[in-house]
Amino acid sequence: MSAKEEKFEMKRLGLIFYLFLLLLPIYWMLNMSLRTNADILGAFSYYPADPTFANYIKIFTEEAWYSGYINSIIYVTLNTIISLVTALPAAYAFSRYHFLGDKHVFFWLLTNRMAPAAVFLLPFFQLYSTFGLIDTHIAVALSHCLFNVPLAVWILEGFMSGIPREIDETAFIDGYGFPRFFITIYIPLIRAGIGVTAFFCFMFSWVELLLARTLTTTNAKPIAATMTRTVSATGLDWGLLAAAGILTIVPGALVIWFVRNHLAKGFALGRV
Amino acid sequence: MDKWEDNKAWFLVLPVFVIVAFSAIIPLMTVVNYSVQDIFGPGQRIFVGTEWFKEVLHDTRLHDALWRQFLFSGLVLLIEIPLGIAVALTMPKKGWGVSVSLVTVALPLLIPWNVIGTIWIVFTRPDIGLFGKAINSMGIAFDHTASPLDAWITLMFMEVWHWTPLVVLLAYAGLRAIPDAYYQAASIDGASAWAVFRYIQLPKMRGVLTIAVLLRFMDSFLIYAEPFVLTGGGPGNSTTFLSIYLVKIAVGQFDLGPAAAFSLIYFLIILLFSWLFYQAIQNVGKGDAP
Repeated sequence: MSAKEEKFEMKRLGLIFYLFLLLLPIYWMLNMSLRTNADILGAFSYYPADPTFANYIKIFTEEAWYSGYINSIIYVTLNTIISLVTALPAAYAFSRYHFLGDKHVFFWLLTNRMAPAAVFLLPFFQLYSTFGLIDTHIAVALSHCLFNVPLAVWILEGFMSGIPREIDETAFIDGYGFPRFFITIYIPLIRAGIGVTAFFCFMFSWVELLLARTLTTTNAKPIAATMTRTVSATGLDWGLLAAAGILTIVPGALVIWFVRNHLAKGFALGRV
Repeated sequence: MDKWEDNKAWFLVLPVFVIVAFSAIIPLMTVVNYSVQDIFGPGQRIFVGTEWFKEVLHDTRLHDALWRQFLFSGLVLLIEIPLGIAVALTMPKKGWGVSVSLVTVALPLLIPWNVIGTIWIVFTRPDIGLFGKAINSMGIAFDHTASPLDAWITLMFMEVWHWTPLVVLLAYAGLRAIPDAYYQAASIDGASAWAVFRYIQLPKMRGVLTIAVLLRFMDSFLIYAEPFVLTGGGPGNSTTFLSIYLVKIAVGQFDLGPAAAFSLIYFLIILLFSWLFYQAIQNVGKGDAP
């Protein structure tokens, strides 16, 4: 085996070891989700000796549970679309143009991720009540734009700045108008960036709890809020919580599955 | 390279500006309002000026929480950024391994934060949890509910497990965006793997690493749900971070004025350090970027 191959093997082994460690807590959650509460608390076990799907059946049959997933998926999807559509042109402007206040606006955007949520919840509730938006999906989607739009602009700007401006110039000389250039040439070039941005918007909106819970009561109540109920009732139902946790991973895993090829593709010079 | 000078670019930024300002400005002004008033109830409030700010700045428990917070965020950055880059470098570039490693890496990010704390409670329990059982079977008495050090170790494991994937995904996407031409040029020059990393990959990842460092700094500085669920800020006050203390004041004691002043100071600290990080990453090694 040559030195190069040996190094390659070491890298591969390191990665496998990391992924293995990463999966351990998730495996433990899966293990718990297939057991009853008494079984979990009763004895240590590496695998479910007597697997039961009771926890999953409960989630899929009780409306209070499955509606939480539907609500979350609706507002998270809305949020991801709004964030991407508004952030794409803005990120292009920041990466290509000098304009009045550009640096300040760019950094100001990010400052919206820096405030501790606890004290801001009350004013948020008042603001969205004023517009009659409480307990709607769009309210949660809009409020999550506060942290996702800046993130999207920053990530996309990073990718766009890596693309030589000669590509833009050549396209404009070739007679492309801005919208056509942007959609047919530019967006395919930064699809790795768009993939990773879409995933992050989805992820941050999916796991956010405080705002989503504050702005909803029943009709748009998110799954993460439903899951806190298992904590307060008669003790904690670990099995049910673990099953709900496993199911919260699924939609996001599907998103990353769909964007994985864009993520891995990167871009090659001279494709234009 | 100079950018084009054109104020019409504002039209491209306008939708973002409107949508963010809608949710940002009024709540921020309301909190500023709270911070300078003493509120007894609806319609009953008096202006107290900087009193709450003085009170908060002299609170020794807040000072302790602040140092703890700096230690925590410092450790987070020192561990997660290098580890994330290292993992991204080992990930395959093509084939089925790409899908497997990308999806696996993303899994911890997708679990709601309160659930992460709950899962780790069980995972680290010495009687029924894999992590606790494994450590105890090595002959180390490990209990994060009794020993502050163990609580910190558990929190760091949870945090590194949960958030390193964010750095990995960003770094990986950044690496994949480097055109092959750069690698070809490097191999013609006979550059070593380290030289390729130092002079091609690292400078080209500047954009994604900026956002990775800032995100990890901001989010770890604001961390609430995971330690609150896992340790409740204890044992003692050993894992009471800033936001846990803030919620104690805001919700536990319902002192809206001091809590608002606290929030603003908190915000300004994050703003200051994010700005410093941003400037540092933008300027470091500016000369050798290709």
